[in-house]
Amino acid sequence: MIEFLQQIINGVGLGAIYALIALGYTMVYGVLRFINFAHSDVFMVGAFSGYLFSRFFQIESIFGGVMVMILSMGLCALLGMTIERLAYRPLRNSSKLNVLITAIGVSLFLEYSFQIKLTKPLLFPALFPVKSFLLPGGIILSSTQILVIGMTLFLIVLLQYIVLYTKIGTAMRAVSFNPTAASLVGINNDVVISFTFGLGSALAAAGGILYALNYPSIEPLMGVLPGLKAFVAAVVGGIGNIPGAALGGLLLGVIETFVNGSPYSTYTDAIAFILLIFILIFRPAGLLGKVTVEKV
Amino acid sequence: MNCHLLKLDACTIRFGGLTAVSNLDFQIKANELVGLIGPNGAGKTTVFNLITGVYQPTEGRIEFDGHSISRLEPYQITSHGIARTFQNIRLFPSLSVFDNVRVAFHLHLLSGVSHAWWRGKAFAQEEKEVSDQVMELLRIFQLENHRDLFAKNLPYGDQRRLEIVRALATRPRMLLLDEPAAGMNATEKLQLMNLIQFVKDKFQISVLLVEHDMQVVMGICQRIAVLDYGIKIAEGSPDQIRSDPKVIEAYLGE
Amino acid sequence: MQHRPKTFLIGALACALGTSFLAPYLNPYYLDVILTVGINIVLAVSLNLVNGYTGQFSLGHAGFMAIGAYASAAFTLFAAPAIFPNANGWVTQAVFFLALLLGGGIAAAAGIVVGAPSLRLKGDYLAIVTLGFGEIIRVLLRNVDSLGGALGLNGIPFYTNLFWVAVWAILTIYVVLALVHSTFGRGFLAVRDDEVAAEAMGINTTRYKIIAFVVSAFFAGIAGGLYGHLKSSIDPKGFDFMRSIEIVVMVILGGMANTRGVILAAILLTLLPEVLRPVAEYRMVIYSLLLIILMLTRPQGLFSFRSNRPSVRTP
Repeated sequence: MIEFLQQIINGVGLGAIYALIALGYTMVYGVLRFINFAHSDVFMVGAFSGYLFSRFFQIESIFGGVMVMILSMGLCALLGMTIERLAYRPLRNSSKLNVLITAIGVSLFLEYSFQIKLTKPLLFPALFPVKSFLLPGGIILSSTQILVIGMTLFLIVLLQYIVLYTKIGTAMRAVSFNPTAASLVGINNDVVISFTFGLGSALAAAGGILYALNYPSIEPLMGVLPGLKAFVAAVVGGIGNIPGAALGGLLLGVIETFVNGSPYSTYTDAIAFILLIFILIFRPAGLLGKVTVEKV
Repeated sequence: MNCHLLKLDACTIRFGGLTAVSNLDFQIKANELVGLIGPNGAGKTTVFNLITGVYQPTEGRIEFDGHSISRLEPYQITSHGIARTFQNIRLFPSLSVFDNVRVAFHLHLLSGVSHAWWRGKAFAQEEKEVSDQVMELLRIFQLENHRDLFAKNLPYGDQRRLEIVRALATRPRMLLLDEPAAGMNATEKLQLMNLIQFVKDKFQISVLLVEHDMQVVMGICQRIAVLDYGIKIAEGSPDQIRSDPKVIEAYLGE
Repeated sequence: MQHRPKTFLIGALACALGTSFLAPYLNPYYLDVILTVGINIVLAVSLNLVNGYTGQFSLGHAGFMAIGAYASAAFTLFAAPAIFPNANGWVTQAVFFLALLLGGGIAAAAGIVVGAPSLRLKGDYLAIVTLGFGEIIRVLLRNVDSLGGALGLNGIPFYTNLFWVAVWAILTIYVVLALVHSTFGRGFLAVRDDEVAAEAMGINTTRYKIIAFVVSAFFAGIAGGLYGHLKSSIDPKGFDFMRSIEIVVMVILGGMANTRGVILAAILLTLLPEVLRPVAEYRMVIYSLLLIILMLTRPQGLFSFRSNRPSVRTP
């Protein structure tokens, strides 16, 4: 029982990070209907910029940690918006496949340009004070886990607030529903899409830093697998759906943690995809997604 | 009994709580031109989709030539001899006019994958036959000069015509036309009416016409059924329908 | 090709046999590059049947390639010595041929297993499921100790030569083109253009998609076998989704559903990293930048020139 609870806590910690990345995929998919393959590399850049900014602040302090996070999130938001402006916007009206390939190109570009100088993994510093709490029954809860879960919760609530209750959020939903109609009622689609990329990339940066706090060895390809899995989480939850992405992320994190603790741990990396195939066969719209039928 | 080619027997379809078509009885004889009309949202297209297998009836049964087709996939229904066109034209845009028609011959091919690889005499023979028949169809409908054009580059009227040609290439015994007059001007409508009449006589098939346009329906149909809120409220000759008080009420309101 | 396909096939195979006698006179480095080009042609042309002609977006080609590579390598390493001890000369060639067929066959079977459930999905969803399938294959291979686990298989005999690569490249091109250039095969293009309309024309779209998947998986398996017997060692890492993406890029740059273009793209994209060898550090950066620029400037592919005419002429 104790071990079970411990695994749940660990799983939620991992799932929270998947959820943060999944949010970015889901938002971009919502407004543009394409898989932003470069998102996983924005996640990686987030971790590296956290590494960079950590030199200017005192580490293992709340203030320093928060500042590093905010700066990295800002930097990645800029990066995401730049990528959208330079690589995706010119292709807004061409086939989805082309955009997908461009996204893959951007992803490779980020990975390989980082690889030129960074041949060895770097050790990510502990940004926040680290402490472990022993809960009754022998469950261990680390301050990093509290941070990850708390931060994710905060960001999801913030995001949900932005999407549901602000003007720009309403515009996002309008564009996602019907871009042509949105522009007819005076919404500037470019601004909305740019904002969506910025927001998603900022969340990816937060995810990158939180991931690096848990797994402190960072390298240019660190985003590939978590990125893919987070995308799967977004699909499992119902792509385009924000609570769905969070749910999918948590579900995936918990299942992976349990498999990792079982004799089948070597199959962990396949779990996400097996889950994906099951979901798509039995509930193609995802857990919280709506089923759409093509009109004839 | 067997004089009916298509028979809808007490067909009902519900989507969630909404009954789109309710307890519909409807028959079409061989070589008959029947119209199905009704105000917007009356369930015409739903009936169409029931017959072509896009939807399955919640209750009731659909028979074509004595076989039940109510649980078949669309492609199986086509192979039984029902072909259709679409309300918003759905050609194969990046195939040539020729290939659009050629694809539809595929139901009657004897050769498949292995013949395409082996390319023996029988294969060549059959490909030539198909090609000749496609050209003949295109000639009948004056499309032969466009054979190498992308279907998407055809003018609107020709696209409508090509869709009918493509449907005929499956060698149907019944042709379903879904609002073929949509977006046409008066001259084009007249041409369309002639075309439908011509198709029916030349290929000896039944035609079910789902149409909004009264002029077209009244002008060519032998029999007309009227739907309102998923219920058949009238059926009869164009003259009977024109003077039926229930139909007038459905269209004009009280 | 369109007019006298069988003459073309026999002529091309004769040429393959002829050129294979030149192999000993080639510089080994060039020979290796040429063989890699040939294997990539097999991969790209076969993927083009699914992604180009049938309009399905598969990102799992490397998975089928891995299955073929492992199956055929396992055959020549473990089964063949038991069945044909002291094989030499023609017998080894026959063993290799059998190994390749086995690899292709198992990959094709996997094509059905993957194809059947996932073909109800469209576009991005299909892409991500096929990608997932490729990853699952890799994880499975990593866990099978008798296939070397994460280290993979080593010491695979160097059976791949110019003759076999040429034969299979020609066969792949022939099989794909012959299929598409038939009334039956137009169905693939119809499925790509409009599935609903295709169904209404009596086309069993599922059947077409599965045929495309199986044929394409078969040749991916063959390519995997050729690859394994060229490099002599294979491991699960070599078949990751980057590999699938490389092949997809060849198909897209070639101009989807344009076999000639896809062949040219396969040649170009195999040679490009070799040409960029002097700037080794930056070559992948240049590769990715070129990819982005090409997509932005020539989204229809590098080798598509005709715009107002159908890409495949009628007979």
